Amino acid sequence: MRSPSSFNHHLGRRKILGSIALVMFMSSVVVGILGLVVLLAQILFQGLEWLSPELIFNFPSRHPEQAGLKAAIFGTVWLMGLTAAFTVPVGVGAAIYLEEYASENWLTRLIEVNIANLAGVPSIVYGLLGLALFVQWLSMGRSVLAGALTMSLLVLPIVILASREAIKAVPETYRQAAFALGATKWEVVRSVVLPSASPGVLTGIILAMSRAIGETAPVIAISALVYLTFIPQNPLDRFTVLPIQIFNWIARPQEDFRGLAAGGIIVLLIILLSMNALAVFLRNRYQKQSVE
Amino acid sequence: MSDPTTDDGEPRFRRRSKTWEGGAVKWLFLACALVSILTTVGILVSLVINAWGFFTEIPIWDYLFGTRWSPILKPRDYGVLPLVSGTLLVTLIGALVAVPIGLASAIFLSEYAPDRLRRIIKPVLEILGGIPTVVYGYFALTWVTPQIQKILPDLLVFNALSAGLVLGLMIIPMVSSLSEDAMLAVPRSLKQAAYALGATRLEVSISIVVPAALSGVIAACIIGISRAIGETMLVTIAAGATPKLTLNPLESIQTMTAYIVQLSLGETPHGSLEFNTIFAVGLLLFFMTLVMNVGGHYVVRRWGLRYE
Repeated sequence: MRSPSSFNHHLGRRKILGSIALVMFMSSVVVGILGLVVLLAQILFQGLEWLSPELIFNFPSRHPEQAGLKAAIFGTVWLMGLTAAFTVPVGVGAAIYLEEYASENWLTRLIEVNIANLAGVPSIVYGLLGLALFVQWLSMGRSVLAGALTMSLLVLPIVILASREAIKAVPETYRQAAFALGATKWEVVRSVVLPSASPGVLTGIILAMSRAIGETAPVIAISALVYLTFIPQNPLDRFTVLPIQIFNWIARPQEDFRGLAAGGIIVLLIILLSMNALAVFLRNRYQKQSVE
Repeated sequence: MSDPTTDDGEPRFRRRSKTWEGGAVKWLFLACALVSILTTVGILVSLVINAWGFFTEIPIWDYLFGTRWSPILKPRDYGVLPLVSGTLLVTLIGALVAVPIGLASAIFLSEYAPDRLRRIIKPVLEILGGIPTVVYGYFALTWVTPQIQKILPDLLVFNALSAGLVLGLMIIPMVSSLSEDAMLAVPRSLKQAAYALGATRLEVSISIVVPAALSGVIAACIIGISRAIGETMLVTIAAGATPKLTLNPLESIQTMTAYIVQLSLGETPHGSLEFNTIFAVGLLLFFMTLVMNVGGHYVVRRWGLRYE
């Protein structure tokens, strides 16, 4: 035990040390925020002059002033539509199973550990899975269908985790009330649990989709195509997506294509930002309702 | 327990059909949950089968310990070490940025920042985690590299240094938010006891909060680093496409993930030896990240202190 006097003796030094540390901690936070600010500034600075109707409505071209994102935008819409169609039922179904039906046994634990690990698998590995399984073995070719199935597997853990949280938040009394009225398990799930959990589930789905829109690596492994001058007409057509088109422009040596890439990034970020804003809006509305 | 309504015909029939319906629904939901297990099995099977095609021609020993990677240009060599060293070099630079900054931010947010400031800073940092990785690649190539070139004129256009620095920026929010969660879970009574003994805020943070949250903090770092190992587009764009066994961050290198993208973009025929290399590289990558992730979860389970 130190005597109080030795405490006082060092107090000044300890306080100075504390202040130095505080400055360091604060500047760390500032570094992160500054990084974000510089990144956004660089993209706006490089890309704003390239934002034009041509960028949205034209097909890609060898001439930067005529090149546009049309094929990539339609490809992204196709990919997202199909991905949502696969992910939502399977993800919500898995979450319902784990929260409402599963008993504490080895299978449940295996599924839970497995989902946690899947969330840590690099996205390019999912691309290899899709390339082997969907493109080759199930002979879907380099189609938007193969891309969407791959993307679904990639974002499934996000939807499952978010839906589980939302279902867990439904008060037990709701279920008990429904059971007391003679409802079966499935009726309780369908008419009580799912409706009250739906804002949280929806938030999870939007977040998963915004992750999927920005994913590039797995789609490159599946599609490989970066120069496409048509719009997919059916799920077995070839496709390209926004981040792949942006990557293609970044990879070109000409300065103008770099600017075009920055313009494409602005479009991509605007889409992502609106999706995230929607998710935040839903979450806030939902939280307010549950407080009332 | 007898239910009077089941004694007359129709309700009993309805009840039975409901029971049947309930069973079918349960199995359907179980099938959904099993998709996740099938995904893991699918990943392993697809990687192993295609990598098998590679390992029948190239001995696994030559692959794992060979020091030259040139699967397309002659003379061909299939030693994966240059790709592994490229991955580890970029990851190391990223970790040197993200771990100190992420931890310091977490300490600031959990121990120093008033609640209102926290509620502003946290979402801003989370935006960093939501930006697509092509965007980070663009940033590294068009801003970070030219800035560093002003100080280090030797720096190549494609280099491990700027890719690693931006990779660090990218995983800061992951490290900081996971460790902050662990720090916030440290019971207030422990901190109050330290304050009552006359400790300063820094002393409480460093000698009470961080040790008490250590398992969560380590797990956060491991998971962040594992994410860095698997990161693809940023390093494809900014770190280069020249597999090289080097620790010099100023040089152009190639990571395992960037190689997979490079070969996917080419016109390699499916089933050829060149094509199967990406599965051999993917298998190794999968195991590296798996070990990290399992390690991260293990640290939390084994050493995680639970305060009730």
